[in-house]
Amino acid sequence: MSDTANNAKSLSIIVTKGTLDWAYPPFILATTAAAMGLNVTMFFTFYGLPLLLKKLDLQLSTLGNPAMKMPMMGMHMTMPNAVSMIPGVDAAATRMMKNLTKKKGVASIEELREAAVDSGVRMIACQMTLDLFEYSLDDMIEGPELGGAATYMETATNSDINLFI
Amino acid sequence: MAEHLLDAKGLNCPLPILKAKKALKDVPTGEVLQVLSTDPGSVADFEAFCRTTGNELLDSKTEGGLYTFLIKHTA
Repeated sequence: MSDTANNAKSLSIIVTKGTLDWAYPPFILATTAAAMGLNVTMFFTFYGLPLLLKKLDLQLSTLGNPAMKMPMMGMHMTMPNAVSMIPGVDAAATRMMKNLTKKKGVASIEELREAAVDSGVRMIACQMTLDLFEYSLDDMIEGPELGGAATYMETATNSDINLFI
Repeated sequence: MAEHLLDAKGLNCPLPILKAKKALKDVPTGEVLQVLSTDPGSVADFEAFCRTTGNELLDSKTEGGLYTFLIKHTA
C-alpha cells in the first residue's frame, strides 16, 4: 500500500449497485480517499459484484429513477419511468450518459477502477454473491480477495468511515 | 517558482486530485507542483486535499475559468 502510514485513517465501502450511474460514487470516493492517504477497502456484493468483471458493460435505466433529467438542447429532459419499457430507450440513455461524461472530462468507471487498483485499494469479492450469481474469481480483474460478512465486519470495526452505497 | 507542472485542464472531479497525487510522487520533497485546472470544484478540493495530506498549498489563483494551484510537496 502506497503512502499510508499505520496511523492513517481508513474508509470502507459496501458496493451494492452495478448500474453505470451508481458505479460512480464508490469508485470516486475510494480513489480520492486513497489519494488523500486513507486505507481503503471496497466490499463488492450483490449487483455491485459485477463491477469487478474484467470486461465491463455498464448500463443505466430510467426505470425507478424519477429524479433523472438529462441536459438536452439547453433544457433538462425528464426520463419518465414508462419510457424504459420501450426497447432501445435505456440503451439510448446509457449512450447519452457515456457521451456526457466524455464531453465533461468525467473519468470512465474503467479508469477509476484502474486508479483504485493502482493506489492499493483493497477489494473484497463477496463469496456468497459469487455462488449466487454463478461467477468465479477467474472472471474478475486481478486483485480482489474472497470474503464474507465477517471479513467485512472486521474491516468496518477498524475503519474510521464506513459507507453503504 | 514551480519546477513541476500538471495540466489538468478539462478534467472533472476527482481526476485533478488523482492526477495531482500521482504527480506529487515524482516531485522531490520541498519542491513545488503547479496544477492547472478548469474545474471550479477543484478550489475547495485542493484546499481539503492539502489540509488532509499535509502538503502545503502555497497559492490558489483564479483567472477567468482557469485555476492555478501551487502545492509544496511536504508529506
